[in-house]
Amino acid sequence: MVSALLQMPHVLCQLRRQARFFPFSPSVPAIACVQTEVGYVVIRQNLAILSGRAIAVFARLVTAVQAVWRGADPGDMRQRIYFANHASHGDFILVWTVLADPLRRRTRPVAGADYWGSGLRRFIGRDVFNAVLIDRTRTDAASDPVGQMAQALRQGSSLILFPEGTRNLTDADLLPFRSGLYHLARACPKVDLVPVWIDNLNRVLPKGAFIPVPLMCKVNFGAPMRLDPAEGKDAFLTRARDALLALRPNREAAA
Amino acid sequence: MSVQSDLLVVLAGVGGVLVVASAIGWVLGRKLSPDGRNEAIENLNDRIRVWWVMVLALGLAFLGGKTGVLLLFAICSFAALREFMTLTNATRADHWTLVGAFFVVLPVQYALIWHQQYGIFAVFIPVYVFLLLPIVSALRGEVRNFLVRIAEMQWALMICVYCASHVPALLNLRIPGYEGRNVLLIAFLVIVVQISDVLQYVWGKLIGRHKIAPVLSPSKTVEGFVGGALSATLIAAGLWWMTPFSPGHAALMGAIITVMGFLGGLVMSAIKRDRGVKDWGHAIAGHGGFIDRLDSVVFSAPIFFHLTRYFWATG
Repeated sequence: MVSALLQMPHVLCQLRRQARFFPFSPSVPAIACVQTEVGYVVIRQNLAILSGRAIAVFARLVTAVQAVWRGADPGDMRQRIYFANHASHGDFILVWTVLADPLRRRTRPVAGADYWGSGLRRFIGRDVFNAVLIDRTRTDAASDPVGQMAQALRQGSSLILFPEGTRNLTDADLLPFRSGLYHLARACPKVDLVPVWIDNLNRVLPKGAFIPVPLMCKVNFGAPMRLDPAEGKDAFLTRARDALLALRPNREAAA
Repeated sequence: MSVQSDLLVVLAGVGGVLVVASAIGWVLGRKLSPDGRNEAIENLNDRIRVWWVMVLALGLAFLGGKTGVLLLFAICSFAALREFMTLTNATRADHWTLVGAFFVVLPVQYALIWHQQYGIFAVFIPVYVFLLLPIVSALRGEVRNFLVRIAEMQWALMICVYCASHVPALLNLRIPGYEGRNVLLIAFLVIVVQISDVLQYVWGKLIGRHKIAPVLSPSKTVEGFVGGALSATLIAAGLWWMTPFSPGHAALMGAIITVMGFLGGLVMSAIKRDRGVKDWGHAIAGHGGFIDRLDSVVFSAPIFFHLTRYFWATG
């Protein structure tokens, strides 16, 4: 329904193109076509902003999410790469929700094109969150996820990314990191890397569940780090992983 | 006097007390904590701010009548349940049980109050949910911590939904000669519980020496409890005109509410200590979570409800 609505301008423009070949068909003036196109872009943008607000309100209602800044400054407007643990489809929504508005607007999540590629998800992924959609399957030899992310950084955006590469559905706290974080850090060595531990969201929406259960969540932001020029890939990824694990709440006391 | 004018008197009185409290807080803040460093003063001012919000929320709910009161307490139950379930051992095998607790049990309990179904309201959670909830979890076949998990979830529902729902249920009591005034019973209960909390805190700060439960709640003292309970009982007696009780009975009710509220606070502290947290949540600045504010009301409401029902109501 939503995607059909969003197709409307294309349909109108197609009608106009057809009019060239069929003299008796209704003519659609070029200006109308452009106007509807512009109109739809505006509607789409506003719809995206509204949807973003609604999603943030809903996320707060379910999780009462609280940001805990442990070493990073919440008001710092510098460009950042937030790297977080990934256990639920709602992960970047939660991080995005707790960021202050000016930060939020220039922060783009990195997400799999296979999941966020079509229909309503496409609208949420592209328009609402302005996600950098990457091809995780790598069937296309020309696809270059690190290049895509680096380009987004060069355009001034911050990124939210999940270095595990996929949702962690195991009992382990973290899966091994893929190398993407390292390559990105090497491509953009001046950007701060901020570890982000998302706590409890995997209980709100566990694997296979589609109704979220209201439980309190926290998003813990750690101290920014950077790639040391002399540091190797494995050493860097281990250091990043440890920095993320250090943000876990003390389960001994809580369980 | 009509119930509206009585309610106005109550709200004006509480508002007046809060204005005085805010003024004192402001002066203390200027004198003792000009740079916002004095924790006790900052905490006091945070508390006063939250009381304003509570009074406004209750006032709005009373304006909304039965719907307003039911909505307010349903929202409180939801927020409290969200905090409590977070601290339980419920795992992903309990997902459907939790979905049922939040989206079926809670609304049904409040719907039963709306429809004045006392018979089923009183047994729905302690009997039906008690039996059905573990079945939902058992069917998933996860046995690890099973008894712990279902006991915790049942407890969460009893505290956050069942006990809390006894506050709006006061509206359904039929008390001869008190028709249409039941909303004042809620005001009486909430005022006495909250003022007792405040006075225990104040007495404790002023003359508190001997810790009453050092392990559970290091800030509570014998002097604070006794002073707070006695003065709250006196205030309850002074508020007898709001209730169907005589001044003596109002004092007795006040004493029972106060003691239950105090002990409820201790029980909920014990749970927090066990789970290694200081507050139930982070919803309210300076107050922790919803349960941190509701614990004493929750423990006294069912007792207050049943005593009133048994001795004063006709059905």
